[in-house]
Amino acid sequence: MSATEYLRVSDLHAFYGESHVLHGMDFTVRRGECISLLGRNGAGRTTTLRAILGLTGRRTGSIMLNGREVINMATHRIAQLGVGYCPEERGIYASLSCEENLLLPPQVGSGGLSLDEIYDMFPNLRERRNSQGTRLSGGEQQMLAMARVLRTGARLLLLDEISEGLAPVIVQKLGEVIRKLKERDYTIVLVEQNFRFAAPLADRMFIVEHGQVMAEIAQGEMAEKQGLLQEYLGV
Amino acid sequence: MTEIFGVPIQALFGQLMLGLVNGSFYAMLSLGLAVIFGMLNIINFAHGALYMAGAMFAWMGMEYLGIGYWWMLLLAPIGVGLVGIVIERLMLQWLYKLDHLYGLLLTFGLALIIEGFFRDLYGVAGQPYSIPEEFAGAFNLGFMFLPKYRAWVVVASLTVCLLTWYLIERTRLGAYLRAATENPKLTQAFGINVPLMVMLTYGFGVGLAGFAGVLAAPASQVGPLMGSNLIIVVFAVVVIGGMGSILGSVVTGLGLGIIEGMTKVFWPEASATVVFMIMAVVLMIRPAGLFGREK
Repeated sequence: MSATEYLRVSDLHAFYGESHVLHGMDFTVRRGECISLLGRNGAGRTTTLRAILGLTGRRTGSIMLNGREVINMATHRIAQLGVGYCPEERGIYASLSCEENLLLPPQVGSGGLSLDEIYDMFPNLRERRNSQGTRLSGGEQQMLAMARVLRTGARLLLLDEISEGLAPVIVQKLGEVIRKLKERDYTIVLVEQNFRFAAPLADRMFIVEHGQVMAEIAQGEMAEKQGLLQEYLGV
Repeated sequence: MTEIFGVPIQALFGQLMLGLVNGSFYAMLSLGLAVIFGMLNIINFAHGALYMAGAMFAWMGMEYLGIGYWWMLLLAPIGVGLVGIVIERLMLQWLYKLDHLYGLLLTFGLALIIEGFFRDLYGVAGQPYSIPEEFAGAFNLGFMFLPKYRAWVVVASLTVCLLTWYLIERTRLGAYLRAATENPKLTQAFGINVPLMVMLTYGFGVGLAGFAGVLAAPASQVGPLMGSNLIIVVFAVVVIGGMGSILGSVVTGLGLGIIEGMTKVFWPEASATVVFMIMAVVLMIRPAGLFGREK
């Protein structure tokens, strides 16, 4: 079991200036697994992803990535170990064209998708390749933010609220993409508000509240733990 | 002799050329300031002093080591760039999160120290630096004499500006730079070493100032105060063009050089202040500058 463990977050505390946001996050992700961090706004899910990449203020605890401790590493070094990050605000650069946005992140591993594979997956991006990044529609920007990390060969994807604010047809499309990525043995951490989007995709779900993991629910236990979900998420 | 608006045509073109030369210096210096401001959020008041250091390095290379103009055109900017990298690592990197004012004060202090250093060594009087022999003399264009060195200054500085623009707008490294300017944290989260790029950007920006300094050495006296005389006008140019726009700073620099030259012909008394008058008008109409974007 521990041999296939890809990411282990233990007793992770994180701060933004004076405010203490994460209070001892604990969870693991196995290689090739897709997990979801569920919870209310402000529960600390986005901060968890940011803390893994060293984008918060001070952090304590441990983050083991593929057997290496990364808590004291500089952000770009962590990314170079093969982490792809899709931020909640999408982070499309206004000063770069669609294709420049796509080609921006440097290779961090082998086996990334080629530009053609990405354009086959997201045909809209091929049509808009020369448009300024922020002229794209919300859905196109989200696809671009996703596509951008698939090219680099990153094996661990940290995806923050990728379904937020998108039309159902695009959400469905993103779900298909995640399934394809799982087939290709990507390891994925989904931060989601949208339970219906995450539930069929995630092998395990972690319920986060007050900067801690309150409960873990495996794919098979969804029905019997309905009460927990009701209590924490209201679904 | 032919006259235009009562001005001899030779005087007109002479001043136009001089304006173009001055404009070339404005363009190179404001370009460096714009690149530095975009990436580091620092208003680099030491720019004039580092321009002067470039010229002093060229003179010192000749005086002490017998290294000629062409080698110093390469070596002096590298030397100034290295000085910049040391400044960035030791001091500037601690100021990025603070208000602009701190960076401005620090670099202003540095400018005084650098000037004081050369003043202490060589006094305020300028040192002569001769024009390289390849560019001694002038072209006779029929309607005017064009000193070869002035033509070279314009060509060299426009080439450098164009190369800088190409580097930033058309290459992969430039895309990293634009991305890091816009969203440094996310760019670092993609695995790009942003602190290293910031350091190199400052080195490159002040290296441009050093290059301008070497170009200026044969055209004027090389002395510790040559930077502070120029930098005030250059800041006005940056304000008019808008901070952070590359093409804007080049176009504005050249344009204002020409306007200044023409003012010398038609209204000599105003030539020293015309740039500041334009600055006042631009600030009233477009506070972000001609090419700047409002935030």
